[in-house]
Amino acid sequence: MILPLFVLIVGLVVYPFVWSVYLTMLNKQETKFVGLRNFKQLWGYDTFWLVFGNSFRFTLTAVFFKATLGLMLALILNNLPFRGQRIWRGVSMIPWVMPLALSSMGWWWVFEPTHSAINWVLVQFGGTAKPWLSDPFWARVSTIVTNIWFGTPFFMIMYLAGLKSIPESLYEAAQIDGARALQRFRYVTFPMLSRLIAITVMFSTIVTFANFDIVRVLTRGGPRYTTHLFGTYAFNIGIEAGHLPRGAAIALFLFPVLGVAAFFILRNIARGEE
Amino acid sequence: MIRSLSQRKNMRVRLSYIALIPYLIFFLFPLYWMLITSFKTDTEITSLKGIPLIIQSKPTLDHYKMILFKTRFLTWFKNSAMIVSVVTVITMAVSIFAAYAITRLRFFGSRYFGVGVFCTYLVPPALLFIPFYKVVGFLGLLNNKWCLLFLYPTLTVPFCTWILIGYFTAIPRALDEAAFVDGASYVQMLTKVFLPVAAPGLIAATLFAFGVSWAQFLYPLAYIYREDQMVLTNGIYTTLIRGDVYFWGELMGGALLASIPVVVIFAFLMDYYVSGLTRGTLR
Repeated sequence: MILPLFVLIVGLVVYPFVWSVYLTMLNKQETKFVGLRNFKQLWGYDTFWLVFGNSFRFTLTAVFFKATLGLMLALILNNLPFRGQRIWRGVSMIPWVMPLALSSMGWWWVFEPTHSAINWVLVQFGGTAKPWLSDPFWARVSTIVTNIWFGTPFFMIMYLAGLKSIPESLYEAAQIDGARALQRFRYVTFPMLSRLIAITVMFSTIVTFANFDIVRVLTRGGPRYTTHLFGTYAFNIGIEAGHLPRGAAIALFLFPVLGVAAFFILRNIARGEE
Repeated sequence: MIRSLSQRKNMRVRLSYIALIPYLIFFLFPLYWMLITSFKTDTEITSLKGIPLIIQSKPTLDHYKMILFKTRFLTWFKNSAMIVSVVTVITMAVSIFAAYAITRLRFFGSRYFGVGVFCTYLVPPALLFIPFYKVVGFLGLLNNKWCLLFLYPTLTVPFCTWILIGYFTAIPRALDEAAFVDGASYVQMLTKVFLPVAAPGLIAATLFAFGVSWAQFLYPLAYIYREDQMVLTNGIYTTLIRGDVYFWGELMGGALLASIPVVVIFAFLMDYYVSGLTRGTLR
């Protein structure tokens, strides 16, 4: 009964992974074993360090905003009466449900500098038009904003489920003790949600760090490699430039962060079960 | 002034609705922008006059006609639908049996299997697409849509198994025992007891498998370059984006059309999806 799953996990996840570790130690033509040379060369590339730094910056910034905005949204929705809450929760989930590659195309057009709405609005309010996707700083902002748009609903769903599980009696008790709204949040809501926040942040870190669609559609890594993430850079080198071993080496850099996040999630879940 | 409790509650609801507005603008603006663009004429899209936020001249269906009849959109749609349905069926078959075995049959290592399933569902496509390139090439399936048939389950099966384990574990053992006393076999127990009781979980898992496969972009982009073999995501991305200026209408219309099936299905079954997602993540 379990055999298909076993074959799938071992044959299509574990085996390709192990094999990709071996692949990283071959030369471009995959004819010669070169040891760690691909890693050493990457180590010497400025571009690689650019991608390295950007991957972390992208992930940390996006996850921080998603977690904060998602929490605020969940608190807002939790205040609404049942019917309104259902409707607006549903509407808020559209960005999460829509295929990301397709919605990124929409964002691409939103960020288009001359014909698009966002610069028009900026100018109407007395600002200046920004070169959204052609300037390194604004291009990074654009990719992060798109990611926040996509991922905030996920946090909202998790938090809303968490808020529902906090017993009403705790709030009543706090109210009797004279706790004000902010104090009730600080001493009841937040501590009750903290484990859930930690798990959700870890999940999101994995997904955000390994993101491919947004950067690929919006900037293709440009201008001059400044918005690349490990996933898109690996695609660029491995598939487009045809250097599979080096591409595999880049993709492998995803693994440590994923491993650490997975470890914390598992530990948290185990703790929850006790 | 002392306000009554219900007044204060009313106030809070009203403030919450106000606070919701910026979120809704943020969430819905790109979609609105895509929608109006797809109905604008090319002249209007490229014009710098007037207000771009509304359709000023007569709306047009030209872009949609172009997408449907002058591109391979319908082929990609058919390919997506075919691949996704088969993948969903495979996923559900594998996941149901695996989750059942892990929760109810005690065998060597069954506890660790759960952890293994969980870890594989955290593996993102970006980690494995390079070795898969070799695997797909070895099988002679480069440029063939059917390669997705064995790639997508690596993304869907672990998560679906994981949420089904959650739903199955919640079924009380007393139910198994009652079924056993009545002479049910393992298979009967699965079909007559587990599947009906865990129906919400099955719906959630099906939705997930469907949504993930429909949205996958990296795998088709990496392995399929022939237009007639493409699915919606990479088809729209690689062929509707052309060098000239006048593709925005088609691109936006195509992206919206391709998203409709997912958004509609999820809208109807949102509650199942939400409970499946939260249970799968927070266990």
